[in-house]
Amino acid sequence: MEFIDYYKALGVSKDASEGDIKKAYRKLARKYHPDINPNDQEAERKFKEINEANQVLSDPENRKKYDKYGKDWAHADEFEKASQQRRYQRSSQQGPTGGGFSESDFSDFFESMFGGGARAGGGRSVRFKGQDYNAELQLDIRDVYTTHKRTLTVNGNNIRLTIPAGVKDGQVIKIKGYGGEGVNGGPNGDLYISFSIVNNTSFKLDQNDLYKTESIDLYTALLGGDITVETFDGKVKIPVAPETQNGKKVKLKGKGFPVYKKEGQFGDLYITYQVELPKNLTEREKELISELAKLRAL
Amino acid sequence: MSFEDFIPINQLCTHYQVEVSFIRYLGEAGLVEIQTIEHSPCIHSDYIGTIEKMIRIHHELDVNTESLDIVFHLLKKIEYLQEENSLLRNRLSLYED
Repeated sequence: MEFIDYYKALGVSKDASEGDIKKAYRKLARKYHPDINPNDQEAERKFKEINEANQVLSDPENRKKYDKYGKDWAHADEFEKASQQRRYQRSSQQGPTGGGFSESDFSDFFESMFGGGARAGGGRSVRFKGQDYNAELQLDIRDVYTTHKRTLTVNGNNIRLTIPAGVKDGQVIKIKGYGGEGVNGGPNGDLYISFSIVNNTSFKLDQNDLYKTESIDLYTALLGGDITVETFDGKVKIPVAPETQNGKKVKLKGKGFPVYKKEGQFGDLYITYQVELPKNLTEREKELISELAKLRAL
Repeated sequence: MSFEDFIPINQLCTHYQVEVSFIRYLGEAGLVEIQTIEHSPCIHSDYIGTIEKMIRIHHELDVNTESLDIVFHLLKKIEYLQEENSLLRNRLSLYED
């Protein structure tokens, strides 16, 4: 974990009084508290930082230790052991915990800085509920076309999750009790999974409707015919009406995306025809088209 | 709806260490629905999330009880706008390529 300058995090000077620290913390907590910044990961990160800073700096004992070791906190354990050893060598009458910090104090210090400090709330109410976790799950659009199961590993726990067909990009689901452990016997926090749907297909998705552009040749557009179209659940043959214009849209009812948590219900598939004009015309073709042009001009 | 899903307000207040008046205020402000089951006022467990959030905002941010419903409604509005923003972004991608 990167070193955090707790004074800087709270925007106070090193000689700030307890009152200044409390005031600065309150002000920043109001700005960055996760409850008032829904779905804002940057605010959540910032809040954890100021919460951690407050936990260390608001406790005179912890603050003293932090001031002493500063950015070398990671090596503080070794420093302390070495210093204790030196003291022990100097005076065999003094026990290993006779001066400075005891090892248990020390580990509490780090725990308060980098363990419990990461809790979402801090303060009184955290006693009741653990931290809510947020995770992002990236899924392919084809995966969410059908209801399927996934196993996620969150903080060492395997969670078997049923992902209903039709889940949306950005949609968040809550899994109760899979967040951080409750404090003082309180309930565990919840796990919020946000879905990120990756679409590498030729279909565009809007709500439950799918959109696709389909090329048809000039002659089918003019005279009509049948074309085979790829849908999400296989190929279908559709008739093209004679004199179909470029950009015309047709709707294939029920061939869209499944409706979330409504089994058997689907959106529609909209096909936009793109008429492709022939290229590399032969002399004979040019003659015939000129003739056609003359006919149309009459 | 099962009666088992309802929690008596007194029990809730003991658990969360808040005054009964706090929960009653949330009820008056329309943030939670208080129902009387077997002569005691109760809250449906669906409201636990809202109650916990309001307790956190009240205690940790020193927001007074009277301001909680303003905060609550503004948060609802933010969530709605975020949802709408995500929907519009998805729709916009239909025209981008």
